[in-house]
Amino acid sequence: MFLADVVGTVVSPVQIRALDGRKLLIVRPVKPDGTPTAKTRIAVDTVQAGVGDRVLVLDEGNGGRQILGDPKAPVKTLVVGVVDYVEGAQGLAYDARARSSRP
Amino acid sequence: MYLARVTGRLVATHKYEGLEGVPLQLIQPLDEHGNAMGAQLVACAAVSSGPGDLVHFVDGREAALACPKSFVPVDAAIIGFVEQAVANGVRLGGSR
Repeated sequence: MFLADVVGTVVSPVQIRALDGRKLLIVRPVKPDGTPTAKTRIAVDTVQAGVGDRVLVLDEGNGGRQILGDPKAPVKTLVVGVVDYVEGAQGLAYDARARSSRP
Repeated sequence: MYLARVTGRLVATHKYEGLEGVPLQLIQPLDEHGNAMGAQLVACAAVSSGPGDLVHFVDGREAALACPKSFVPVDAAIIGFVEQAVANGVRLGGSR
């Protein structure tokens, strides 16, 4: 799993059945301090996350299929948590409450 | 999954069995600003899409699961046609 910022949404009317009714979020993998670490990608939301949230993203197929309950779902990137705060050796590295209002 | 623009169609009559009847498309992955990200790829299309369309695709083993006959040797599959993608408050390229 990795930390990411939700930076956008995707509306996709025509999709494979495994994604029916699922919300798609654009997530940017980041370090706790927000610096990007990998390619921005699209994740299936499972926790009603929204733009501006710092989230936990699962990036592995078997876990994804387990969550979707579909052994053939070609899905591997899913938002599985909304992060409240991240504590590092030097104290809070991220705190959702400290964020200004949603961008 | 990644966002991508379909840039072309591709026909390969001689190919591995299991890939017959699977439409192949050239796609250009896009980053969160809608700019080209990395090299163009060839993906099998699990949903109908054509050149110019904005789509999202999955790579790796999951791509094989998206194709009609799973476990064909495919590492990228278009699994959705994107009507609208908004990132950082900006709408990324429409379908045209």
